[in-house]
Amino acid sequence: MSTIASAVSRMVTPVVGDTFDVERVRRDFPALLQSIDGKPLVYLDSAATTQKPDAVIEAVERFYREDNANIHRGVHRLSVRATDAYESARRKVARFVGASRPEEIVFVRGATEAINLVAQTFGRTHLGVGDEVLISHMEHHANIVPWQMLCEQTGAQLRVMPINDRGEIIIDEYERLLGPRTKLVSIAHVSNALGTINPVQGMIALAHARGIPVLVDGAQAVPHMKVDVRTLDADFYVFSGHKTFGPTGIGALYGRYELLDQLPPYQGGGDMITSVTFEKTTYAKAPQRFEAGTPHIAGAVGLGAAIDYLEAVGLQGITAYEHELLTYATEALSGLPEVHLVGTARDKAGVLSFTVDGAHPHDVGTILDQQGIAVRAGHHCAQPVMERFGVPATVRASLAFYNTREEIDVLVRGLRGVIEVFR
Amino acid sequence: MSETNDLYQEVILDHYKRPRNHGRLGDADCHAEGQNPLCGDHVTVYVKVKGGIVEEITFEGSGCAISTASASLMTETIKGKTLDEAKAFFRKFHAMVTGDEEVDGGDGLGKLTVFAGVCQYPARVKCATLVWHTLDAALDNRREPISTE
Repeated sequence: MSTIASAVSRMVTPVVGDTFDVERVRRDFPALLQSIDGKPLVYLDSAATTQKPDAVIEAVERFYREDNANIHRGVHRLSVRATDAYESARRKVARFVGASRPEEIVFVRGATEAINLVAQTFGRTHLGVGDEVLISHMEHHANIVPWQMLCEQTGAQLRVMPINDRGEIIIDEYERLLGPRTKLVSIAHVSNALGTINPVQGMIALAHARGIPVLVDGAQAVPHMKVDVRTLDADFYVFSGHKTFGPTGIGALYGRYELLDQLPPYQGGGDMITSVTFEKTTYAKAPQRFEAGTPHIAGAVGLGAAIDYLEAVGLQGITAYEHELLTYATEALSGLPEVHLVGTARDKAGVLSFTVDGAHPHDVGTILDQQGIAVRAGHHCAQPVMERFGVPATVRASLAFYNTREEIDVLVRGLRGVIEVFR
Repeated sequence: MSETNDLYQEVILDHYKRPRNHGRLGDADCHAEGQNPLCGDHVTVYVKVKGGIVEEITFEGSGCAISTASASLMTETIKGKTLDEAKAFFRKFHAMVTGDEEVDGGDGLGKLTVFAGVCQYPARVKCATLVWHTLDAALDNRREPISTE
């Protein structure tokens, strides 16, 4: 690479050649540069929520300082700018996940609301007594409870595809469960509790061969790998902004347009209608039909900024770097005989769920916190998968591209301390 | 660990590793269950009362070091006390771990003062108090399971 090309490359992306410049990206995240009780923060809880780069924080602030107005209704300049900013964010999300048009993106509060939306619109119109929704044993509560509620409302049944001891879906069992009454498959792209990357493309093909649509919960995938909803051929794909380096309270539902536009409204209110009289209301087309009320405009703007940021850093480099870091961390934790990984899928994202002999996960979490290390301890909103592995809870260290090998070393030292305390 | 730990003191670790009065009390007069749905901890407290005095008290269940040690030390403390004294201990203990200065917390708590550090860890207060709420419910003979949420 020539000197000029390399300089340009450094300007637009920290990926120079094969080296991912983690120290450079860390400087973009102000919250990472702090100390906890005098110790540098080691943030290993990105699967719960990611930290935010300056670009996102500034975009949200700039929106409130300069462009704040309501959207889709004002003739004045601020409203025009706010509408542009909001719709531009929708275009960014659409391009980012590979949608064929921006109208396939519905802004929601997060992945949870997106799944509830599909359950209450698609589910209520396509499922009846005896029909089935098929999910996996590793789902987050957000991909379990909305379907249980739907089943109560419709008389449909929830079926669960089993997973093996590594935490992988048993594909033969999945195929066997795809039956004539299966009306929807809903699966995580990446498991938040185990880190398993599910082979969703192949699973979608198997479902589609039987005419069954598929929702993919991409909350843990979109921040870490290039997702293309059309390559996957997903019918619905959902993710959260706050796990994607954007603000809380914003997320997106992708729906294949022909499917999305035939669904009934989710909530009623302003901005989702074409006309209202007391006799009859006609609803707007998708996606407006699903966005009643004033949305989280600043959140959408912030999510757009997060996507710009991720694209500048480069998702390919991010995926490769995180994979390398996961390998390093897995080896490091495997060197501690008292530590047992839960979730050892062959295809895994940056999640390390584990137990420590003699120590309850909450105590591990507290002692690590005393060292400035932020991990999650608990059931990770995935109680059925905890039960599958016979543990009430685990400790979870989850990675993002701003984490370093040195931080993994700090985690290992912290765990040695935990083991010492509970020996 | 290189530094002294204000939370995981020796007494707490000892009671976690070797909990006292652990197990079911067959002839209990009252018992109650408590759970913390956030971490999956659950505990059952059994009490045998005679002449207004806690004659026997045991607990069953599994949890973290803080909740297990709290249960173990609670049973040691409460055994032989009157019901009013038991309630008073609960009030003082609660005040100490929540850092409530309105109530004169630490005084007269004896061994239980090892939990004084908990007030620096708001996320862990429920671990320390779960078993006390459960005892309170057992003494009131409540039927509904106690939940921290």
